[in-house]
Amino acid sequence: MKIIACIKQVPDSEAKVKAEGGQVSWGDAPLVINPFDEYAVEGALQQKEISGGTVTALCVGPESAKEALKHALAMGADEAVLVSDATLNDLDTVGAAKVLAAAIQKIGGADMVVFGRQTLDNGAGLTPAQTARVLGWPMLGLAGQIKVDGGSVQVERVLEEGRQSMKANLPAVLSVVQSIGEPRYPSFMGIRKASKATIPVWSLSDIGASAPAPIVTRTELMNPPAQETATEMITGETPAEIAEKLADKIIAEKVL
Amino acid sequence: MKTFVYIDHFKGEVQPASWEALGLAKSFGAAIALVFGTGVDAVAKAALEYGADEVLVADDASLADYRAETYASTLTSLASSQSPNLILFPTTARTREMAAMSAVDLNTGVLTDVSALEVNGESFISTRPIYEGKLIEKTVCSGKPVMATIRGRAFPKPNREEGKSGTITKVAAAGEAKSTVEGYSASESAVNLGDAGVIVSGGRGVSNNPSLTPPAGMDEKQAEIWRAQQGFALVTELAQLLGGAVGASRAAVDGGYITYAHQVGQTGKVVAPDLYIACGISGAIQHLVGMRNAKVIVAINKDADAPIFKQARYGVVGDLFQILPALTEAMKKKLGK
Ligand SMILES: Cc1cc2nc3c(=O)[nH]c(=O)nc-3n(C[C@H](O)[C@H](O)[C@H](O)COP(=O)(O)OP(=O)(O)OC[C@H]3O[C@@H](n4cnc5c(N)ncnc54)[C@H](O)[C@@H]3O)c2cc1C
Ligand SMILES: Nc1ncnc2c1ncn2[C@@H]1O[C@H](COP(=O)(O)O)[C@@H](O)[C@H]1O
Repeated sequence: MKIIACIKQVPDSEAKVKAEGGQVSWGDAPLVINPFDEYAVEGALQQKEISGGTVTALCVGPESAKEALKHALAMGADEAVLVSDATLNDLDTVGAAKVLAAAIQKIGGADMVVFGRQTLDNGAGLTPAQTARVLGWPMLGLAGQIKVDGGSVQVERVLEEGRQSMKANLPAVLSVVQSIGEPRYPSFMGIRKASKATIPVWSLSDIGASAPAPIVTRTELMNPPAQETATEMITGETPAEIAEKLADKIIAEKVL
Repeated sequence: MKTFVYIDHFKGEVQPASWEALGLAKSFGAAIALVFGTGVDAVAKAALEYGADEVLVADDASLADYRAETYASTLTSLASSQSPNLILFPTTARTREMAAMSAVDLNTGVLTDVSALEVNGESFISTRPIYEGKLIEKTVCSGKPVMATIRGRAFPKPNREEGKSGTITKVAAAGEAKSTVEGYSASESAVNLGDAGVIVSGGRGVSNNPSLTPPAGMDEKQAEIWRAQQGFALVTELAQLLGGAVGASRAAVDGGYITYAHQVGQTGKVVAPDLYIACGISGAIQHLVGMRNAKVIVAINKDADAPIFKQARYGVVGDLFQILPALTEAMKKKLGK
């Protein structure tokens, strides 16, 4: 089985992100693999363990994103590819999907392309379905469990209403959620292998794509209004007394 | 101005934010509701009662089960023939996929998770949280039609006018399915955190009651889960009394105390209820990003230094196994239930 895991690099979720001069700033907080995409790599590696084959980590991003790809290699991915091009700064999700689809074709296709659920930065959770649409492959989104059987794949989708079992022929595009299992830690050997790996960098012309014109664009960036929460601690002699006071406070808020 | 509003439903059960989208569409001009599926007459009727000027119904066997491909193609075909200016959706797992695909077909874009939408001449300016709510951005979409999925509870729900009638037009389904639905598992009951007005959540703390003695023969892990279930029973009782939903931290989900569908936070659901009661939850950033937009936050925690208190309007330092039952009792009395 040939599996591609699509990953992005984002500021760590502990980062203090701020708007500064219309730009996003995260200070000196580290850039990491998008946490949702760690599950994508984990899901891909699980399938490789069951069916054999290879896992290729794929990212569209700046040179620095090689670090995120190295994390995927350290987890156990066999190869990594970075698509990087100066013209790709204002990529929206349709644009990302077109570039990813072209890169997937350039890699020589795949049996399965695994995505994360969404990106942590300005993620919309649109790219997986859009990539599937561009490729003309079936989309199995929000998979919590994956089972490959010959030429087809069956997933358990985790939806608001419960779990839905869905099946499609390969090649297919999947996105995965946390129920897939905790992403494995990079092994010592994996880290060594990743630090030595040379990651090919492809330009748009390498993959035969042109720069997609952005359709969705940002016009303004703001810090959210400061949330002033004055916390009122409720105390009392007994749980009943505390509960009595708290109940009155909640009712007075008129939120019920 | 002509707006399509996609009414998202699961087996006839409508996602309430669909009506909020309909209300928003009406504020711009004509609102045409789209209902896809089979046997969806009741949904179409409800759309008229909530104010749709017209309802387009694609009732076709190929749409019996939601599949992104057929739903997207049907939408694309309607949008191509009727040229709406705007297509609104409630934000759900299904609409994200179908909007995403249809946008590729129509060479346009999707504004997601929109919490405000203004018209500016021909274009729409959307406001949405990014970076887990740490920033707010305004975006525009230069394609046509503009597609936008709206955040639940961000826009007012229009009143329902029972018995209001109007035009329901049958339209054709389009596209070919690329997958088959094999079934739904009943083991996980519906969890609708997105539009809950009240959420009572439990964290790792719900398993921490050493005075409870689990049934004999359980190993340590089983005993922990058993204790957590007693804790979640208290959480659920309060949630039900207040007409709300049950949420959970990731530690509770990972511990096997409750299913993932209940998880609030970065890798779970982002929620904005009027009241959020966090019980035995420490308040890690990844949890906070999922609930800090709640109007009123109440935290119950044993540890006075738990970071959750910094976000809370009201805090109680105490054992949830004592405070929760007392709170449920007090609420019952005061609400006359
Ligand atoms: C990439 C990533 C994504 C994540 N996504 C999420 C997410 O979506 N949602 C999420 O919640 N977390 C998420 N996390 C995990 C998060 O960092 C925390 O580990 C998690 O939220 C902790 O859950 P908790 O508060 O229930 O547990 P703990 O941090 O262990 O806190 C338990 C609390 O219960 C209190 N307590 C114990 N016993 C009692 C009692 N009897 N009565 C009252 N209080 C008691 C304790 O004082 C403590 O404060 C994510 C982490 C990462 C790295
Ligand atoms: N630039 C990118 N390079 C590789 N994969 C990406 C990129 N952007 C998004 N993805 C994938 O698409 C998923 C959804 O992203 P988004 O639609 O931006 O929320 C992510 O979890 C990744 O798996």
